[in-house]
Amino acid sequence: MRPAVLTGEHYMTGDVACAEGALAAGCLFFGGYPITPATEVAERMSHRLPEIGGTYIQMEDEIAAMASIVGASCAGAKSMTSTSGPGFSLMMENLGLAVITETPCVVVNVQRAGPSTGLPTQGAQGDMMQARWGSHGDYEIIAMAPASAQEIFYQTIDAFNLAEKYRTPVLIMTDEVIGHMSERVVIPDAREIKTIERVKAKGRKDRYRPYAAGDLGVPPMANAGDGYKVHVTGLTHDEMGYPAMTVEAQAAMMERLMGKIQNNRDDIIRYEEFMIEDADYIIVTYGVSARTGRAAVEEARAQGIKVGMLRLITVWPFAEEKIRDLASKAKGMVTVEINLGQVHLEVERCVAGRVPVKLVGHPGGTLISPDTVIHTIKQEFGV
Amino acid sequence: MTTAQEAQREASRHPLDDLLRTERIPHIWCPGCGIGTAFSSCLMGMKESGIDLDNTVMVSGIGCSGRGAGYVKLDSYHTTHGRAIPFATGMKLANTDLNVVVFSGDGDLFAIGGNHFIHAARRNVDLTVVCVNNFNYGMTGGQVAATTPHLAKTTTTPLGNPDSPFNLPLLAYACGASYVARWTTLHARDLTSAIIEALANPGFSFVEVLAPCPINYGRRNKEKPLDTLRLFQEKSIIKNDAHPTELDVDWERGVVLGTFVNNPRPCSTDMYDKVCRLEEKPAKKSAA
Ligand code: SF4
Repeated sequence: MRPAVLTGEHYMTGDVACAEGALAAGCLFFGGYPITPATEVAERMSHRLPEIGGTYIQMEDEIAAMASIVGASCAGAKSMTSTSGPGFSLMMENLGLAVITETPCVVVNVQRAGPSTGLPTQGAQGDMMQARWGSHGDYEIIAMAPASAQEIFYQTIDAFNLAEKYRTPVLIMTDEVIGHMSERVVIPDAREIKTIERVKAKGRKDRYRPYAAGDLGVPPMANAGDGYKVHVTGLTHDEMGYPAMTVEAQAAMMERLMGKIQNNRDDIIRYEEFMIEDADYIIVTYGVSARTGRAAVEEARAQGIKVGMLRLITVWPFAEEKIRDLASKAKGMVTVEINLGQVHLEVERCVAGRVPVKLVGHPGGTLISPDTVIHTIKQEFGV
Repeated sequence: MTTAQEAQREASRHPLDDLLRTERIPHIWCPGCGIGTAFSSCLMGMKESGIDLDNTVMVSGIGCSGRGAGYVKLDSYHTTHGRAIPFATGMKLANTDLNVVVFSGDGDLFAIGGNHFIHAARRNVDLTVVCVNNFNYGMTGGQVAATTPHLAKTTTTPLGNPDSPFNLPLLAYACGASYVARWTTLHARDLTSAIIEALANPGFSFVEVLAPCPINYGRRNKEKPLDTLRLFQEKSIIKNDAHPTELDVDWERGVVLGTFVNNPRPCSTDMYDKVCRLEEKPAKKSAA
């Protein structure tokens, strides 16, 4: 059998690096449905998973793919699916099931330009609000945004770890450019990869309360076959997991579901600061657009303009404290993203008028050029 | 407790109590509903089959029948509308030691969930799918289903159903199910035997249970609760091995019950192991 961790130096696409990251994290089940530009994640999993004792299945549609990974996780396997915009829309119903039943799993969205079929082979970052609010009802979600093939490898491991730790679905919001570009990826020795496993139910089976908050507000989990005879439902439920159709039960369940993410924001939120200490103008960006942002910072600095960048690594939950803090020091901010202003709305909300915030957006199909960012900074802030 | 109390408690125990979440009873099913009978035959079958109940799960979708998972004292999963089968498929493939039983209704499994049913049957995923067919959407108040007979009245076909219903055993057979049977709630013993056979079949097993829904279907089609059972008694024809094309639900002509398919063939995981889990292939140069 080939190893789950392909230690060594490779030249691989973001999609392939994502699949390898999943395997390194301990993923043993992938339920997928092909869609450009995410197909290569599934293809890689289809030949790698059986090699390491896992299972790949191409389901009949994305609805089934999402349902299958929730089921597989309930049966004890770390599980994943990958998709792009239209498929992501189909997954929303069962994403909500994973949220309310607190089932760890990872969904990779290799974004393309939409709406609808849009530009299937060209990138965008247009599903960021769908990631946040696509399923129905209130909920909190964790979504990450890698900026390179190397990073997608590590972030996929991180996504699995957060999923297991917080018993929640975690989204990796990448895009066509990262998914399809080939880059050097270094995969470390298996012993250097830290993986987290869900906290399992312990103790007397008749005393177990499947949805009673444990550490961090997260209940210890019993998998199917562990002997705990759990009941798991998408209905509002009490600590036993039993349907409870009351206002009080809804409030108690929602408070814990939202709280386990909100109260652990410091542990969950990741970001990177680039030349931010003395910056007058701050670019807020994420994913592939951070490559634009970095080039723009370097070019602006060369021209003597003090620009810095805050790169969101976890886009949801949103780094609002950090943005507020930056807004109190900067003269102006720009959001750079390949959509017409989704994360920008959050930035504006957090800045709350302290300084002007401008959007450098694009409807998708291409990257944003660093020149456009610099031009906007000069024009809008009169630099 | 006095001996008399103990005796009384013992007498009031139901033989299936150990398989029920008794604290969840009473259930939500209406008086005269067939789901309870279908459910208890299903549990009886699980018990009598001798399968390891610690490794047995029940998965349901949404609807009246979908509440089955909420009453069984097994690992039990009440999922989304129509998605019990793909959820169950993920479970079974991720842990092949599990016996996975899908218990749900005709609306859930065959309208919204139709695509999943046909593909799981095609793959012969090792699941036992029990479909309580009461010819309508009971929980949402009696709308037309994919199984509603032509001309039958429902809340959304007030002048009669213009469409034709599925012949479910034919559909299951055509898609590759390796075990197919149909009974009514009046044939509880046969139904239990069918469940036992279905659990023993190492592939996709489908058991259709015709069941009355007096509250929503019966009322609109001038069938009093007992009329439906009388229909089941007088109009059913037991004919094992009947050809699936003869299995339309036609109460004028008579409805055929029995075991129609019992042809075990390699299930999806066996095929996956055989085809995809090859012994070490010669490694190509470098990975990626
Ligand atoms: S509505 Fe019909 S199917 Fe639902 S519980 Fe009542 S009688 Fe049974």
